Amino acid sequence: MLIRPKKGILDPQGQAVERALPALGFDGVANVHVGRLIELDVEDPSQVPQMCERLLANPLIEDYEVVEVTAA
Amino acid sequence: MKFGVVRFPGSCDEVDALMACRRFADADLLWHGDRDLSGVDAVVVPGGFSYGDYLRVGAIARFSPLMESVIEFARDGGPVLGICNGFQVLCEAGLLPGALLPNDSLRFVCRQVDVIVENPGTPFTRTCEEGDSLSIPVKHTTGRYYAPPGILPEDQVVLRYARGHNPNGSMDDVAGVCNEHGNVMGLMPHPEHAVDPLTGSADGGRLFESLAMVPA
Repeated sequence: MLIRPKKGILDPQGQAVERALPALGFDGVANVHVGRLIELDVEDPSQVPQMCERLLANPLIEDYEVVEVTAA
Repeated sequence: MKFGVVRFPGSCDEVDALMACRRFADADLLWHGDRDLSGVDAVVVPGGFSYGDYLRVGAIARFSPLMESVIEFARDGGPVLGICNGFQVLCEAGLLPGALLPNDSLRFVCRQVDVIVENPGTPFTRTCEEGDSLSIPVKHTTGRYYAPPGILPEDQVVLRYARGHNPNGSMDDVAGVCNEHGNVMGLMPHPEHAVDPLTGSADGGRLFESLAMVPA
């Protein structure tokens, strides 16, 4: 699950990173946002959106995206 | 009249909250793993770092056995006060509108602030007048109140930081809010640390005093 701060909500962590990059000589960087990555193994992937809604993300302030990777 | 003060693993202000309550009524600690509220008349969810605040502040504490009972108690109209981490837990539980985000400064802030009573018509502020200024400390890293447009009516704003006192970038200087029925309140400042003039202010005591007037 990729969990991101919702658009339009102040993201001071992203702003701090955005200010730090040019200081190291990396120019042309914009729209930096810092979120979370949660990895898990699950037998029934259809449960994952409910997991996000109820615990893993707070839908008031965060968007989530589920990326499914099937075991090789 | 008896207060119950919740103790989670990681709580750190529950004893100050207990002592603050005992200035005005009986009070006992409630253990997070129990389901029984022991017949208390009001519940205080104190500050700290419940369950380590892993994942997101308040997110895991909200599912503790005792919180399930507190949610039921609140839905039946019982008064519940959440302070700092307790405010975060009540927001995560859906008992209060909005959420708490990292301070705009990204820093821990610990200072005395003035908050203004916006709504004296709640069980938590009935000893106050509208516009009263209370001097109460804040100490937090995740205290920036945010509510999406349309979910926080003005009469649910109970306390605002005084002009120039907003320590964390909270939306519209909101310091404390209540639910639609007025029986659940959360605030980031710590009234339990402001109950004795010896430590600078006794203004925080007025919230506990107000709650103690709830009929037993």
